[in-house]
Amino acid sequence: MAAYLIRRLWQMIPTLAGVVLLVFFLFKYFGSDPAEILGGLNATPETIDAIREQLGLNKPVWEQLWIFVKQILTFDWGRSWATNESVSHLFASRLPATLTVMVPILLLQVLLAIPFALAVAYVRGSLTDRSIMVLTTVALSISFLVYVIVGQYLLAFQFGWFPVQGWTDSFWTNLVRYAPLPVLLAVLVSLSPQTRLYRTFFLDEIGQDYVRTARAKGLTERAILLKHVLRNAMIPILTNVAVELPGIFVGSFLIEVFFSIPGIGREVFLAVNRGDYPVIQAVTIYLAVITMVINLLTDVMYKLVDPRVVLK
Amino acid sequence: MSAVLENPVGVPTPATRSDGVWSAAARRFRGDRVGVIALLIVAAFLMLVLAAGAGVVARNWQSEIGVPNAPPTFMGAAAKAEQEAIAQPKGPNVDLSAVDPLAPRYKEWAERAAQFKTAEHARADTLPFGADRLGRDVLAKAIKGAEISILVGVSAALLATFIGTVLGSFGGFFGGRVGDVLEWIYNVFTSIPSILLIFAFAAVTGRGVGSVVLILGLTGWTGIYRLVRAEFMKHSVREYVRSAEAIGASSMSRMFRHILPNVSHVVLVQLSIHVVSFIKAEVILSYLGLGVSVDQVSWGTMLAEAQSELILGHWWQLAAATVFMAVFVTAFSLMTDALRDALDPKLRGAE
Repeated sequence: MAAYLIRRLWQMIPTLAGVVLLVFFLFKYFGSDPAEILGGLNATPETIDAIREQLGLNKPVWEQLWIFVKQILTFDWGRSWATNESVSHLFASRLPATLTVMVPILLLQVLLAIPFALAVAYVRGSLTDRSIMVLTTVALSISFLVYVIVGQYLLAFQFGWFPVQGWTDSFWTNLVRYAPLPVLLAVLVSLSPQTRLYRTFFLDEIGQDYVRTARAKGLTERAILLKHVLRNAMIPILTNVAVELPGIFVGSFLIEVFFSIPGIGREVFLAVNRGDYPVIQAVTIYLAVITMVINLLTDVMYKLVDPRVVLK
Repeated sequence: MSAVLENPVGVPTPATRSDGVWSAAARRFRGDRVGVIALLIVAAFLMLVLAAGAGVVARNWQSEIGVPNAPPTFMGAAAKAEQEAIAQPKGPNVDLSAVDPLAPRYKEWAERAAQFKTAEHARADTLPFGADRLGRDVLAKAIKGAEISILVGVSAALLATFIGTVLGSFGGFFGGRVGDVLEWIYNVFTSIPSILLIFAFAAVTGRGVGSVVLILGLTGWTGIYRLVRAEFMKHSVREYVRSAEAIGASSMSRMFRHILPNVSHVVLVQLSIHVVSFIKAEVILSYLGLGVSVDQVSWGTMLAEAQSELILGHWWQLAAATVFMAVFVTAFSLMTDALRDALDPKLRGAE
């Protein structure tokens, strides 16, 4: 196990180097000149030159790359160009809001989609199954935006069940007062793709030999589904959750933008609009690291869930 | 319409020889009623896009032909009550010309203004599908929006498929050093969450249709690469490819003349799947203001406008954009499903 972990961590280095190179050259050669963004509209050529000198933009490319790598390794990204807030503080202060919304969303969507998908798999091939599949296709074709716009209008504005939007410094107020509507809408929207996906996981398992054996020894369909199929389908379900896990750090940025929740997703979106490069670069690189670590943990978790899995 | 039916999505017309892969697939596709209806709807939309592109319909989508927020015809004209809310002031006008510094120039300005003719064209009180806050026809906007959204979705999907197929075929066919480098690029792109990758690209490219196509194409090729690579690995050791090698076919010829036609069904299905996801992505990018530029309309910009209109009770723009998009995307998804079943019978019934 230890050897496996070391090798996997070792393999991350080239990928990480690639991410760093991609981000560096993307912003270096395709983005606009940082000095001009920082200088603003009325900057004199002297000011721009001074900023270039200060940022080290006049140095050779490899030296700039080295500065960039040092920033990554020391977690020192300096300050946001737009707000002069230090980038690390910016992330630390925005993360709680993102997690307050995203953790309930992730938990609810998995916990609701599993029974839904099991129920649909139980009646597979029937008219109910097919109607639900058609219904989810139609539900999926409507933009996420429409659900959020209409949901906010009806549930908050017209019926007044929830506040239209808002956020406070108190975690509990946020969780019970402001988070429920965004969470509810996000879960409702993600339910149909999740149910479809989990249904195929269950149907894959239902075709296996052990299910036939279980039927042959006279188990009820219900027992087969709940005891055998569900357990075996947990592996693809876990993989799917792991794939979505890095996403909770950026949050459902659309939800955050829409409901003005001061989370990381909204911050990144604002940074894109303002051309605030340090924020975008930092979040991209660290999220890539988090994604890689989560992938590794998922593979280790397989071993724990399914002893037959050989880590190689 | 019939011309489109006879030649669905570029499938070659059946030859007189024995059934090829494509004619067999076309036959299976024709047997799928849902798929055929979906194909008809998609074809109708594509005609609409062509017509809008050629300027036959929705050409004047920017002209303000109705009163602001004119409701759809079936609802009748909006009540005019609130427009007269401010009472006209009564009493004599006070002569301010002694203290008004601009007073000597009023006459000159009035003369200059008289030189310009402003024709006040009649604005309709209602429109078939209503009007937006400037009085522009929502139906024309939805059609023009369809043109942009579908165009972006299809072009971005073509770009992503092209990149994915070329890289995938090289990676799968050659393996070794080339394969390692391509795998490395793939790992780099997939280790960044896709939305962040899109944001990073959006931060450096500007706004506009071209940028959106570029962003989505450059970030969305990884899934196709993976599938095409696996297919090429499988096929490159098959006997027909070895035979081609034996008679002296070059690597390029083996890759693109022998193997590619045999995996083209995978590519086509992927293309189709990506069109749907890129249209959805374009709508979201445009809604956020990272998509098409301000003088263009897409379903996403319509939704962005509709959000503030809805609070005032003007729901028609939201409805038009939603219905157009839902019908097209549903039809396209069902067509994709039918296409996949027809091209790859092994996958039938799977998700």
